Amino acid sequence: MKFAILVYGPPYTYQAAHSALHFARAVTESGHQIYRIFFYHDGVYNANALIAPPQDETDIHAQWTTLAQEHDVELIVCIASSLRRGILDETEADRYEKSAGNIGKPFEISGLGQLIDASINADRVVTFGV
Amino acid sequence: MKRILFVQSRAPYGTLSGQEGLDALLMGSAFVECALLFLGDGIYQLLSNQDAAALGLKDYSVSFGALKDYGVQNLYCSESDLQHRVLETDDLVIPVTALDDAAIRELMASHDVILSF
Repeated sequence: MKFAILVYGPPYTYQAAHSALHFARAVTESGHQIYRIFFYHDGVYNANALIAPPQDETDIHAQWTTLAQEHDVELIVCIASSLRRGILDETEADRYEKSAGNIGKPFEISGLGQLIDASINADRVVTFGV
Repeated sequence: MKRILFVQSRAPYGTLSGQEGLDALLMGSAFVECALLFLGDGIYQLLSNQDAAALGLKDYSVSFGALKDYGVQNLYCSESDLQHRVLETDDLVIPVTALDDAAIRELMASHDVILSF
């Protein structure tokens, strides 16, 4: 079965993003596929490469990155949500004349069309947060 | 083709959920048949005569008026949620159909995907 996972929750403040990560791992470990992980609302903060938690806490950015690399999972960040929250890749940082971008691969900025595409093409859509 | 039900259950301005949910709905309506259901405090997003200027925020309630131009015709709210908030459909910026709880269950069951905001 193909799952689309929607992440609305920011890291650490709420459990939502952490639950989404556990769910995503369970999907791959049980032989199912992840069609796409889409970060919307405050979920876009998960893409922030500058996340630097204390050493005895989970580095959620690193864990998303590992998941994406090990299972070839798309991590899509909504552009409208991310720009207003200051989550920018180098291209957007240049476009808006900001001093630096703060996200990079495997996270990728794209539009809401990717959320709708995932809703249409995945067998199940599971939302975490809000 | 799949049908998507968007559910809005938060009051406006306190969170960005409603505004970002509406953005997602407008995008969805370009691709598939979409319906919109307001539950709980979500119905406050449709109250007429909003003025968010004092909050320094954008009054996006006018954008709901554009839904018919996007072909979104199926707009619903909960009859009991209206009653609990002493509201009537006449108080709202666009016409919505008030459903009882059984009809809301049917509405949810009749859609392939539910996106909640």
